[in-house]
Amino acid sequence: MKKSEISDPFEKARLEKGFGEMDDQNDPVVMALRHKDVRRCAHNWKTFQSGAEPGRIVIPSEVNIRDIRQIPFELDPPMHGDYRAVVEKWFKRPLEANYEAGLKCIIDGVVDEALAKSSVEAIEEFSLVLQSRALTLLFNVPFEESETWISWGTHVFRSKDSALDADKANILYDYIDNKIAESEKNPGQDFYSVLLASDVNGKKLTKEEIKGVLMLTFAGGRDTVINAVTNSIAYFAEHPKSLERLKNEPELINFAIEELIRYFSPLTQMGRVATEDTQVCEHAIKADSRISLNWASANRDATVFENPNEVVLDRKMNPHVAFGFGTHNCLGATHARQILKVLINTLIEKVKSIEIIDAKENIETLGEFKRKVGFDSINVKFN
Amino acid sequence: MAKITFITRDNESITVEGNSGNVMELAVQNKIKGIDGNCGGVCSCATCHVHVEPSDWAKTGAPNAMESDMLEFDEKVSDHSRLSCQMKVTEDLDGVVLKVAN
Repeated sequence: MKKSEISDPFEKARLEKGFGEMDDQNDPVVMALRHKDVRRCAHNWKTFQSGAEPGRIVIPSEVNIRDIRQIPFELDPPMHGDYRAVVEKWFKRPLEANYEAGLKCIIDGVVDEALAKSSVEAIEEFSLVLQSRALTLLFNVPFEESETWISWGTHVFRSKDSALDADKANILYDYIDNKIAESEKNPGQDFYSVLLASDVNGKKLTKEEIKGVLMLTFAGGRDTVINAVTNSIAYFAEHPKSLERLKNEPELINFAIEELIRYFSPLTQMGRVATEDTQVCEHAIKADSRISLNWASANRDATVFENPNEVVLDRKMNPHVAFGFGTHNCLGATHARQILKVLINTLIEKVKSIEIIDAKENIETLGEFKRKVGFDSINVKFN
Repeated sequence: MAKITFITRDNESITVEGNSGNVMELAVQNKIKGIDGNCGGVCSCATCHVHVEPSDWAKTGAPNAMESDMLEFDEKVSDHSRLSCQMKVTEDLDGVVLKVAN
């Protein structure tokens, strides 16, 4: 088996019964596994809500480590739309030419650094660095700020010893408090200042709400982007012909990005809380219990994707749900897609080959399922 | 060459010409408001949703199966909804009017 391969642990359950079950801190989850059910449940926000207790729709649940509601993520319509409208335009900035140029400069730098070394550990020395530096563009803050973010490590809520680490979360809370205070004193063009100046339905955002947006921006795009970037490096290391093909047929790059995101599904699942007694795939769901929308499983559903376990670089029809589905679809998707686009172009331009020296897989245990989501560490050599 | 007219949500009417690619790409090139094409045209995001003028429905044809499945969950779906990324720009589309859904 190739190191870049990501298998699908949900296939049997998806085919046989359509749902899976897992416990999570005594708040069990029923996972919707089929593409159609995942989309249907994501669409049905009235029955499967996001506006539950803060942290509860995340798996593993974060209810014990935070009280702040992430916004707009943990709101339901119509409020969700009002808040989303405030930030939507800001999160479309990655499409602007100067943003893309900034990203190109950052990724050129990261790739050049990797080329200069005899080997790099791709998570810590490549992807985390790339993600953190790219995030300075999304926040519109000085590049140097990325040094602090890099020092936090790969996950803002998790540490090596524990999946949920309250001390680590506090570092982020304190940081955010400081940044808001600084921008209050000296307003600029950064994300903090923009949020401080924003209003929803004629009312200024509260501090809690601003923190909620910032937390989401820090947490939502961290290990997801890191996994997407690292998995891309591993994939191109083992499939040099794919990179060659994209070089010769650059019109396929857009398709390739969507296909890699489908295949990697960097976020395995997202939860919802049932507002009434209902069912998922004919399995009874009690009011106030949790379900999950298993994006990773839906993205391997053979009724929708031909050869679902293969990366088909030029897959033309690709209704994947790797960025979620429906009203809550990923706010950071534009930023993420631009990162992958610039990364692929930079690899084509600068890198002849990539060798994987050794790798340790990052496996999520989800009840009876074990899913590889990426790597804990992977040493590679850029040539 | 096909002339395609887009009517945006704020009732602006813009007629553009094209002869290749898909209608979403044509709209994005011409910065038509409300057509984002986030997924680049692989039928995964529905940010290129248009309502075809009923009189032009024969020209555009109905959505394919995957497109229908996508549209089924869109709040703004109508009897004449299409995802413009799934519509090829050809002579057949000359003169069609598309109302942008978002």
